[in-house]
Parts: sequence; C-alpha cells; structure tokens
Amino acid sequence: MSANDSPPETGFSRRIERRAAIKWMMTAAASLPLAQLRIRGASPTAIDAKGYGTDPDLIRSYNPGDFWPLTLTDAQRRTTAALCDTIIPADGKSPAASAVGVVDFIDEWISAPYPQQREHRPIILDGLGWMDREAASRFKKGFADLADNQRNAICDDICLESAAKPAFAKAAAFFALFRNLTAGGFYTTPEGTKDLNYIGNVPLATFDGPPPEVLRQVGLA
Amino acid sequence: MPLVTADTLKPSYDAIVVGSGAGGGQTAYTLTLEGMKVLMLEAGRNYVPEQETAMFQTNREAPLRGASTPDKYFGFHDATVDGGWQVPGEPYTQASNDPKQEFTWWRARMLGGRTNHWGRLSFRNGPYDFKPKSRDGLGFDWPIRYEDLAPYYDKVEMLIGVYGNNDGLENTPDSSPGVLLPPPKPRVFELLMQDRAKRLGIPVVAARRAVLTQRLDYEHLPAKLHPGNLFAQRIVKEAMQGRAACFWATPCGRGCSIRANYQSTTVHLPPAMASGNLDLLTDAMVREVTMNKHGRASGVTFIDRKTGREGHAAGRIVILSASACESVRILLNSRTAQFPNGVANSSGLVGKYLMDTVGAKLSGQIPLLENLPPLNEDGAGGNHVYAPWWLYKEQLAGKLGFARGYHIEYGGGRGLPSAGTGSGMEWLTGGSYGRKFKEDVRRYYGSLVSFSGRGEMIPNEKSFCEIDPDKKDKWGIPVLRFHWQWSEHETRQAAHMVKTFAEVIREMGGRVNGPVETDGSKVIMPGGFIIHEVGGTIMGEDPSSSVTNQWCQTHDVKNLFLTDGAPFPSNADKNPTQTIMALAWRTSDHIVSEAKKQNL
Repeated sequence: MSANDSPPETGFSRRIERRAAIKWMMTAAASLPLAQLRIRGASPTAIDAKGYGTDPDLIRSYNPGDFWPLTLTDAQRRTTAALCDTIIPADGKSPAASAVGVVDFIDEWISAPYPQQREHRPIILDGLGWMDREAASRFKKGFADLADNQRNAICDDICLESAAKPAFAKAAAFFALFRNLTAGGFYTTPEGTKDLNYIGNVPLATFDGPPPEVLRQVGLA
Repeated sequence: MPLVTADTLKPSYDAIVVGSGAGGGQTAYTLTLEGMKVLMLEAGRNYVPEQETAMFQTNREAPLRGASTPDKYFGFHDATVDGGWQVPGEPYTQASNDPKQEFTWWRARMLGGRTNHWGRLSFRNGPYDFKPKSRDGLGFDWPIRYEDLAPYYDKVEMLIGVYGNNDGLENTPDSSPGVLLPPPKPRVFELLMQDRAKRLGIPVVAARRAVLTQRLDYEHLPAKLHPGNLFAQRIVKEAMQGRAACFWATPCGRGCSIRANYQSTTVHLPPAMASGNLDLLTDAMVREVTMNKHGRASGVTFIDRKTGREGHAAGRIVILSASACESVRILLNSRTAQFPNGVANSSGLVGKYLMDTVGAKLSGQIPLLENLPPLNEDGAGGNHVYAPWWLYKEQLAGKLGFARGYHIEYGGGRGLPSAGTGSGMEWLTGGSYGRKFKEDVRRYYGSLVSFSGRGEMIPNEKSFCEIDPDKKDKWGIPVLRFHWQWSEHETRQAAHMVKTFAEVIREMGGRVNGPVETDGSKVIMPGGFIIHEVGGTIMGEDPSSSVTNQWCQTHDVKNLFLTDGAPFPSNADKNPTQTIMALAWRTSDHIVSEAKKQNL
C-alpha cells in the first residue's frame, strides 16, 4: 500500500515499451504451437485482465467469471475440488465445499488482477502441482484419485505450518492459504452461512439483545 | 439529486462551498436554510444512496466474496466509490522513503464524501480537549471553550440523530436532556467485555453513533433547531419524516438506503436542496481560490472532470470544506501577487501541524463465547459500547509516560460471514481440516473479539504537507507531498493500548492472538491510516501563529473560511466528524450574521 506513484511515463518511453512488447509477443506466439496458446491457466504468472474498477454496480449479484476470465485448467480444477472437499467435506449439517461453488471461487481468486491475488496465484498453482506430484510419488495416482486415508496421509504432513518438516514448509504455506480460501468461499454461501447458525441480515422491528439463557451460559445472568 | 452544470451556473452566489461531506454538508444546510444562495462543488460524481446502496447483498454475491481490493479497499459493498488510498490519476507523494514517515491519504470522490461509509461514531470533545496546552503544556489551545461549542453539539445530535447515554464521565460531556436517542442493547460479547473491563477499572459505556434507534421527533426537533425560522422548520420536518429507524441489519459502512444513519447525502443535502437555495455541481475539481484586487476571495477555479474544461464560479464568500489536506492543497495552489506562497498563508503555516489519530489493535478468542445458540447480533451495524479514556488523573500526574488519552472500540459477535471467515485459525485449531475443521469453525465463530485503540496525537513540526514542486495530477493540478513523524507520546500510547487490550482479553478468560508487542512504534498504524486527518490551517488568536480565527475565518482574507477538519489545533481521541459538524454550524451561523451586517 505504498502511496508513492511511479515516475510519470513520457510518451517516448511508453511508445518504445509498447513496440518492444508487441515484438516480444509476436516472437513468443510464433514459437508456441497454436493449441498451447488456448490452454486455460497454462501460465502461472500472466493475468492481464482488468478489475471491476472503483465504481462497480453494487446492487447486482455477481458470479466468478463475471469480471475476469477463470484460468484453472480442468486438471487443476479437479485437484482443487478434491482438496476443497478434504478440507470441508459433507457432514450431517452441510454439503462439501465443491458442491456449493468453492472451486469457481478459488479459480476467480487466483485469476484476479489485484496485487494480493496475483501474489497468491503462483502459490496456489505450484501447490496444486505439488499435491499431484506428492500423490504420484507416494501412491502412483493423482491427488483427486486417492482414497480418503491416502489424502489424509499427505495433508497431515502439511496442515500446520509451524509443525511442518522443512521439506514440507512450502507445501504447508500453500495448504494454509488454500484452507483460508476454501473456508471463505464456503461460509459465504447460503449453505455455509446456515452451517454457522448465522441468522442475521434480516430486518427486525426491535433489537432485544441476548436472551436470559445466553446470559446464563456466559455467567452474566 | 438535481444538479447544475458548469454551463448553467449563476453569475454569482452568496457563498461557494467546496466539498459535500460532513463539513460542506453542514455548511450548505445552515446557510441555505437561512436564505443564502449557495453553490456547492464536489470533485466526485453524484451519488444516490437510496438507489445505490447494497443493503442485504451477501458476500457470496460480490466478486472475491467481497474481499478488499485496491479498487474497493473496505470491501466490495462498502459505500465508497471512486476513492481509496490511491485515486487513479491523482497521486500524492512522500518526502521520505522511510515507511515510518509515510502518510497515507484516503479520499472519496463522490457526493457526500467519506460520510457515506464512515463508522458513525459521534463523540464530543470535552473541556480539556479545547485547552490541552493549558493542561499539560503541549500542542495548542483552541481559541474557544467547550461551552462555546456545546450548543452546536446539541443541535448536530438532534439533527443527525445520535444514540448514547449521559454517563457524567470526566472530559466526556453529557448532552442536554432529550437530545440523545436511546442506545441499542449491548450484545453478549459487549456485556462480557463491560463486566470484565470493569474489574480492571475501565468503564465501558454506550457508544455514541449517528444511527436512528427510533425515528426522529419531527414534530418538536425542527423548532429547537431553527427557532423563529418557519421556513427551515417546515423543510427540516419533511426531511426528518423521510428517514426510517434502523431495522437492525446491514453494516453501516455500506451506507443506508432507508436513511437510518447519518450521511451528508441523506441528512444534510436533502433539506439544503429542498430550500431552493442550493446549486450543486458535481465532477468539479477545485484548483484554486481566486482573489480580487481588494484582497478578497472572488470565487474558485475548477476543472470539469467530464470535459476537462476549466471553469470559474463567483461568490461573495468562499468556504473550503474539501477535507483538511485537500483544502490545504487548494490554498497552497492559489498563488497571487499578494500571497506568493498561497492564499491566506502569510503565517507560512498552511499545511503545517497535520494530525491523525493514533491507532493500534489486538484480537483474541474467548472460550465463554463458544458454541452459543443462534443469535442475531447484527445490531446497529457498528459499536454498541465503547470505553472512553479513563486515566486522566494518572496521566496528569505523569505516571503513564505519554501525555494524551485514547478510547477503546470493541469488535466481535456473529457477523455476516465474509471471505475471512474461518481464516487464520491454526492458532486455535492446531491445523485441523476435514470434519474436525468444520466443527472448529462452528465452535470459534462468534467467540473472536478485537480491540482497537483510538488516541490523541499531539501536533508536531515534522508532520505536515506541502506542494510537490515537480508533480501534477491528471488535471494539471500540483499535488501534495507529505512529511510525517510520530512522537514518543504516540508510540508509547500505542504500546499502552495493546498492553491494556491483552489484560482485558485475559480477564475475559481468553487467549491473545499473537505476541503482545511492547515497542509502540511496531504496533502504531501508519499516519493517515485512521482517516481522521485534521489540521493544516489551525485556528488561534494570533495571525502569526495560526491561519484561522475561532470562526474558521482566515486571518488574511476576511471572506474565506474553512469548515472541515483543517482548523483543528488539536485532535482529541474523540473521532473528529461530529466536532467538524458542530464547528461548521457555528461558523455558518457567524457567516449568516456577519453577512447580514455587511461585514463580509
């Protein structure tokens, strides 16, 4: 959140940069097979979409993909879904994370053109790759194809950053971020919100404060 | 709101008001209801809270689940549009590369400015706060006393609607009887804090916020606000009838489409418009105050943001209320033969003694609040209770190591789930995932509490703004360059804050999240971060040591006033908005009276 602006560009330097950039893009395009250019999420860094700006319509309801394209590949989405559901599986009270759109949310997040999300993008993409490589090396399968106990065997090694062995440090940092995103994505859905017994966001005629049984429970009655 | 354009301005106005926030809104309200013809210029776009406010939209409906981005720093549904720490094309610069000497400047380019999203905390400065130098020898006294402003605090509270209690506490003034609205009932986390903080000698009382816990008494208040002015009474009655009471849902930071909280756009501007005496020009970025050959302000030059064209508005009186730093910028950019260093700057003090509020925070988790039954804790969309500063005697006796006080704002409860829900809980869960994680989130949700200190900064020589000689914004207007330095009074105060917060959390039987830092310079927020910047044209009796007099009138130019936070010579821990409004009302009454006497 630095308040310093970069020095103003002169028209001359901007022209040179643009010309150089166009030249670079032509060269890059020529050296890649056409099919590869179309792959979603092939690059771990490049997000050149625009954000929603400083004056978006706040009344509308939005979905991931409305402002900028989603970029995870089908394979990455499959690993994302498996890990989401390992973190938030279905239970008696609410569905699994992937069943309520959390994969789309994580895709939206890592595809977003904002500084924090750009920072998270390589962490998530590298981490998803690591999960599959680790699954392959331990169990000869992709992470999504593992049984629950196999998934847990990997996750147990990386679920707490402060306790992870040095070899798992980077994966543990990824897991912590991924769990945060999964939770944020899940608990904001109607199903996740209901899971928390959140009963607000409705107009009330009066605000009555906590009932006596709650005061008793905390020892204030 | 019906607007004028740069091409339909009248040839001249009784008064020109620059800015449409708390100060500009109050100024235009008072002047127009007293019959003056006013032009208000706002740099941002028109904004209609009744139509544009996201009320019941959930974070699921927002991109990124509503998370903060540089485009919408306080979250997607926050009321601020075209604002933030950076405004595209309108930079500001820092004199130093040292992050500790950085000042961050929040701006909102929209009708109503920052009042659309603010926290609605509406405090009064107390008697000590107007005479701080007399009390401890530091900073500056105001040329007015609490008693001079008290009637205007009453008026502002009656007009905008403020809930709270009269607790009779030291330097925390009561309102006159019948002025305040009843405070909302505290939530369970607030009751627990109140109970435990009391054991530590910290008073936790009803907060004061500009939210209608019941409808305003539109039958009686208008006559109290405007005695003898039937025109104003009729208009204000109608405006008050248009405001609903709070329905105990939706965060105030989004603004309020039912007008249950104060925003300039829903409270000050509608009656001003209804008077027929206000012309409102939006997208008009004021560059400078123009002067006539008699040394009087003649109007303002502005850039029409839609066309990029320059325009001029003429008026008999010019009132800057563009926010402290923006008003300073306008003055410093107004250079004439008489004022080569900026209009009204013969003292050389325009831009000097910039202040913000000291901020530090700490969070914790309270086992007693775990696994509570379902509770609706949305409440009034902000604080129901707070702790006013309580150590005046110890401080005056020199026992604390810092000279001024702070108040505590509490957070907690079962809020609307957001992108951050369930995040960063490893310190509680040991890294759980799966079914255990879901159980943990249920267990801890609603048991997390946060404490924010808001303290007084003493003005100093090293905190100021000036014009950057090299840089202009996209309108060609020279930009501000900031200098910033906290003193030990502020950093020690910040250390005292977090130490106190940790004590309260432990007294509640809770766990503190993270270490409790003892070095205040590591926990104090950056300058500007609390968005309470005031000063820059400080008021005083002596024209050589102040820019304005007690009427917020510049010593140098008789018909030039400032009604934002710029004239503040001190910045009490009490959030400045209500004092800006009370001072603007007092100044406006003075302007009306002097204009009638042909003194301006």
